[in-house]
Amino acid sequence: MSKITNIILTGVGGQGILMASEIISEAAAQMGYDVKKSEIHGMSQRGGSVNSHVRFGEKVYSPLVVKGDCDLLLAFEKLEALRMADFVKEGGSIVVNDQQIIPTTVISGAATYPDVTDEILKANVKSLTFVYALKIAKEAGNPRTANTVLLGAASKRLNIPLEIWEEAIAKRVPERAIAVNLKSFHMGLQIA
Amino acid sequence: MKKLLSGNEAVARGAYESSVSVASAYPGTPSTEILETIASEYPDIYAEWSPNEKVAFEVGVGCSFAGGRALVAMKHVGVNVAADPLFTLSYTGVKGGFVLISADDPGMHSSQNEQDNRNYAKFAKIPMLEPSDSQEAKDFILQAFRMSEQFDTPVMVRVTTRISHSKSLVELKDKDEIDEPAGFIKDVRKFVMIPAHGRLRHKIVEERLEALKAYSDECPLQQMEMSDTAVGVITSGISYQYAKEVLPKASILKLAMTNPLPEKLIRDFASKVRKLYVVEELDPFMEEQIRGMGIDVQGIGKRLGELSPDVLVEFFSDKVDGVVRLDSKAVTETPLPGRPPAMCAGCPHRSVFHILKKKKLTVTGDIGCYTLSVLPPLEALDTCVCMGASIGNAMGVEKATGKADNLVAVIGDSTFIHSGITGLLNMVYNKSKGTVIILDNDTTAMTGRQDHPATGRTLMGEETKRVNFLDLARALGVEYVTEVDPYDLDALDKAIEEAVNLDRLALIVTNRPCLLLRRDREVHKVEVDADACIGCHLCLRFGCPAISTVSPDDKTVQIDQTLCSGCMVCVDICRSDAIKEVTEA
Repeated sequence: MSKITNIILTGVGGQGILMASEIISEAAAQMGYDVKKSEIHGMSQRGGSVNSHVRFGEKVYSPLVVKGDCDLLLAFEKLEALRMADFVKEGGSIVVNDQQIIPTTVISGAATYPDVTDEILKANVKSLTFVYALKIAKEAGNPRTANTVLLGAASKRLNIPLEIWEEAIAKRVPERAIAVNLKSFHMGLQIA
Repeated sequence: MKKLLSGNEAVARGAYESSVSVASAYPGTPSTEILETIASEYPDIYAEWSPNEKVAFEVGVGCSFAGGRALVAMKHVGVNVAADPLFTLSYTGVKGGFVLISADDPGMHSSQNEQDNRNYAKFAKIPMLEPSDSQEAKDFILQAFRMSEQFDTPVMVRVTTRISHSKSLVELKDKDEIDEPAGFIKDVRKFVMIPAHGRLRHKIVEERLEALKAYSDECPLQQMEMSDTAVGVITSGISYQYAKEVLPKASILKLAMTNPLPEKLIRDFASKVRKLYVVEELDPFMEEQIRGMGIDVQGIGKRLGELSPDVLVEFFSDKVDGVVRLDSKAVTETPLPGRPPAMCAGCPHRSVFHILKKKKLTVTGDIGCYTLSVLPPLEALDTCVCMGASIGNAMGVEKATGKADNLVAVIGDSTFIHSGITGLLNMVYNKSKGTVIILDNDTTAMTGRQDHPATGRTLMGEETKRVNFLDLARALGVEYVTEVDPYDLDALDKAIEEAVNLDRLALIVTNRPCLLLRRDREVHKVEVDADACIGCHLCLRFGCPAISTVSPDDKTVQIDQTLCSGCMVCVDICRSDAIKEVTEA
């Protein structure tokens, strides 16, 4: 399993997670790697937790990452980062969007939203990066590009050259949104 | 050039490369994108959303009888609906190739059960192929059509969520050029299944099964990957990928054709390895049959939920050298709040359930986004069995208890068309006094907004006739029908109050489109007046994701403007006039 790069993207339905995992997969394919990605559509889109697994390398079999073998966890929401943190290997990385989205279980009073920042700092990983993706995306010109900001920040942890990322973004996002997404990606890259 | 395709996109490409004439389906996760991709990418193929899976299947049968290749796709439970024609198509056989895609959902990510549809192939005595990635999902379609035509049988291609919704690289090919459909040629002993003909065909089915058994042993898609002979694994579909991941040194018999099983091949493989395992998801489908051959084999024993590499690591760690459980300690001891899916902010269904709950009515439910109303805080749904069940269920409760004034059946527009119409007709015929609410949001929302006979558009993007539910219900004999805007709480409350207390059958249609359709919506902005808010939290019990307290201990609520759709229903729910519309200056 060592030659395979294992990535999990996690967050809340509607945050652009699938688009981000699409761009990573596209970039990895451009690099000539075998790529697999897997996620759940349907129910989970209605504001539920969403996970997308991406694996690339010479030859990939399972589309799912084994617990404890994840190189990079890219979390779009803090609580979801904590939920998936035990997938990350020692020496792996976590990139977290510094955003809280309150789940319905908390709204209805059945549960409380934990102090995620304190808890996630306990994770035994090589690097942990917090990103104010929404704020940066607004500065870039479109809050909906928060996913590309995070992707920019995460790209530092992956061995894929910048021009491949740019190509993959241009190929996957709608044409009118290419420029702002590239800008967001670069701003994300700066902070990592 | 290789392309990244999901399993569903690959099946669609396979349909194109197989020169399919007709593709039909009813939307259902995880199968939906197959027909969507065919319609958007391969317009040469006639593609349709049928009202339900049975009709979709029958349309495919007609195409096949006329000599065209037909692809019919559905989720696992959809095959239950289409099972009637399936079992008899096995008898008649085909003219043009007929391929049924069954997309199973182990783990029930978006389904009401996790039945293993491999059993259908065995039950209906038809061949089955199981692709293990997108490349095979494409390639096996053409193989399935050729097999269908060679053996005069429908063929089932069984995929699962992790095939349908995983992407991997696919090498594309050109179209398989075949002759134009010959047209329908009369052949009553083949196509008319009266008992006399059926008896003749049954014999042919049994002979075909023997021929298919022999073929399964020779089929070039079956792969024996010999390696270390200490451990041998028989597997298929996505389970193959997990087995390769976790047991890289083991010898593997990867079966592409899993019905009928290749007995000679299995015996041969079993004789070459010291310890034999079957790695499969859900039912012990292969394990039991292999054991029935008198072969000593061990299954992985897991019958609940989805298989994963983690499950295999757990199972094999004390059985096979080199399989090591990775050290993955929980990062936190704190219990984490769940994040279940919820109806969207501004969803027109929400207010209906708010009122049904307030009235403490028993609500027989159905399949769609509105099934989510079972979750807190609404908790307003009392049953959910299958597509269309709400109406029959309400009828049964009424007849068992002799009461209909505390009872409502709710059903979505697409679900009503799928299999609610006959239930409503039954209520008319058998003199129900119950109430049915059609939650008409003008789309099949849960599966990602597909059209149906009451939206006025076809899958191929053409305008068409549009069913009017009120007219349809009147034609069925429902005398009391009414339409109401679910954003108008007072009107909705009155309509439901009147309908349940009426001493005859009543139908209410709520008529707001799904807000994800974004058709000419008026957008209002609402805010909480913190001074007026008394912290009663009545609005939180409405369950809108856009309304929450600022922090958990806070009394005052806030509205998240990025989530709020401006439906304004919360303005009416608040009793202290603290939620107000803001007019932009």
